[in-house]
Amino acid sequence: MALIEIKNLSKIYRDNEIETVGLNNISLKIDEGEFVAIMGPSGSGKSTLLQILGCLDRPTSGQYLIDGKFLDNYTDNELAKIRNKKMGFVFQAFNLLPRLSVLENVKLPLIYGGYNEPERNKIAFDMIKLVGLEDRINYKTSKLSGGQKQRVAVARALANNPRVVFADEPTGNLDSKSGEIILDFFQELNDKGHTVVVVTHESYVAQSAKRIIQVRDGRIESDVLVKDRRIIKEDGLIK
Amino acid sequence: MNIKDIFKMSLTGLSTHRVRSFLTILGIVIGITAITLVTSLGNSAEELILGELKTLGPNNIFVIPGRQDASFASGSALLTDSLKEKDVDALSKKSNVPGAVKVVPFVFGPVTVSFDAENYSTTLLGGGGGIDEIYGLETKDGEFFSADEVYQKAEVVVLGSKVAEELFGNSDVVGQKVKMKDKTFRVIGVLEEKGQSPFVDFDKVAIVPYTTAQQYILGYKYIQRIAITAKDEASVAGTVKDIEQTLRDSHNITDPDKDDFFIQTQKDLAATLSTITSVLTLLLASIAAISLVVGGVGIMNIMLVSVTERTKEIGLRKALGAKNSDILSQFLVEAVLLTGIGGVLGIFFGSLFSYLGTVIAYRFYDINFPFSSPISGALLGIGVSTVIGFIFGIYPARQASKKSPMEALRYE
Repeated sequence: MALIEIKNLSKIYRDNEIETVGLNNISLKIDEGEFVAIMGPSGSGKSTLLQILGCLDRPTSGQYLIDGKFLDNYTDNELAKIRNKKMGFVFQAFNLLPRLSVLENVKLPLIYGGYNEPERNKIAFDMIKLVGLEDRINYKTSKLSGGQKQRVAVARALANNPRVVFADEPTGNLDSKSGEIILDFFQELNDKGHTVVVVTHESYVAQSAKRIIQVRDGRIESDVLVKDRRIIKEDGLIK
Repeated sequence: MNIKDIFKMSLTGLSTHRVRSFLTILGIVIGITAITLVTSLGNSAEELILGELKTLGPNNIFVIPGRQDASFASGSALLTDSLKEKDVDALSKKSNVPGAVKVVPFVFGPVTVSFDAENYSTTLLGGGGGIDEIYGLETKDGEFFSADEVYQKAEVVVLGSKVAEELFGNSDVVGQKVKMKDKTFRVIGVLEEKGQSPFVDFDKVAIVPYTTAQQYILGYKYIQRIAITAKDEASVAGTVKDIEQTLRDSHNITDPDKDDFFIQTQKDLAATLSTITSVLTLLLASIAAISLVVGGVGIMNIMLVSVTERTKEIGLRKALGAKNSDILSQFLVEAVLLTGIGGVLGIFFGSLFSYLGTVIAYRFYDINFPFSSPISGALLGIGVSTVIGFIFGIYPARQASKKSPMEALRYE
């Protein structure tokens, strides 16, 4: 059984009677443990696809299954619960709350996940340690560098121990070294069994995944396995 | 997410815009300050008036001419001349009103008292013998007129301390002659300073026998009040009944609805006055409440701005698993916290100003205005401000909770 499956899925945006096709009748399966890169030029629908896969938006038509369950009639709250329990998100713009500390940012999904305060603190601390920011734990995130911010975002995405991590251009705002660190985290995560889905337009990012889906004009143009996968740790860039 | 989390989040939200939050709650602070102040001062005023009323003596009953419900629509005359000398005689008979210890008629009107070139315009009080006891008046010099002097329409006057001081300065007053309406009166007494009284300022009064006042100054034969002292407080109610019966017989009235007089006791007056002050307080508080509505609209406006500004935050929280109700509570609690803090500040300032008011009244105007603890006003203020926060916070909070996570994340 696939972790996520979409069938004949379309997304049409309506703005003042003008229709824009975001996704056009796409079918796709993502299995547990995959590392998928979604590529395509801007406006191709790759971000729309990620948002649909991440339950951040609802399709106009077609079916979405997670763990074999149809989500057609799910309420906003049920979708929120799925995002909270099964998914983690990393965004290009980091999307941290700047006035909160590193710890408080990482605790956010745990607050909505119903953990008690000591559990929240312990899990959040472990995650922050994992991304190597334990000495910055009480810093306001506005005081961190871009690479550090994205590491906080990764820690936050992992806090709920999600089945799948979605990343939308995670290296887009980073210098190459910081970007490599983030990609390394994703590879390590994937090695531990987490599914990772990354949207990118940079081929070196895509090359670090295991499978590349090319999207154009809201359709899947190609869907191939990566042949010469780039393993970042072996490149010697990390630590 | 539990209540503590919600409050913590909301407090963080508010503290990121301290100045804005403070300016936003000013309207609420002012509104609650005004309400607290008005209710507190209203209570003080009521206490003051009721306290003064006690000086009338609980055993005193006042008969007033006229019809209590005389309305212009019914076309009935006000009947202010319905009490006559014969009524006083009838009420003085033990067989008619056995509970009456004293029956004192009196009249009043404006008068100018003159001595040499000095004039003093004030209130003339014409009383029967014993008017001093009804009002608990004491003379610091001389004495009051006697029942005989009343009977003889003696041209004597007792002056209030202020009148005496204005006309004579510090020189001896008793035995001097003053003029009122071209008639010469001999001053036989000067009152002790009494300070404020509920109806008449006895420091500024000229008291003569009522017969004299009728004859020489006012020029009419009727009586404006009859004060009757009952034996004790318990006999007041029975005495009131006897008075009614006596006057009805005397005036040939069979239908109590057609009474041409009415009777006031201290208790009645207290009830009436406390109704008046309560209504006034309520009225003023309602006006103050308008500013709360204005403040509430301000809160709603700022919350809407805040929701728009924080669209990205809302989107992020939703992406991380916040339910619509989590977002709703967060913003609603922010609004309620804003108004609640405003309410607490308002109660503080309202109490402070009210206290200062009583101090100023005492220091500068010599009015012993009691400070009334504004607990009822405070509870009202907290309640009202919380409700305002709810009413004006719910719409922005709903707007926030309804945002789609994806659109919110994309918002620039």
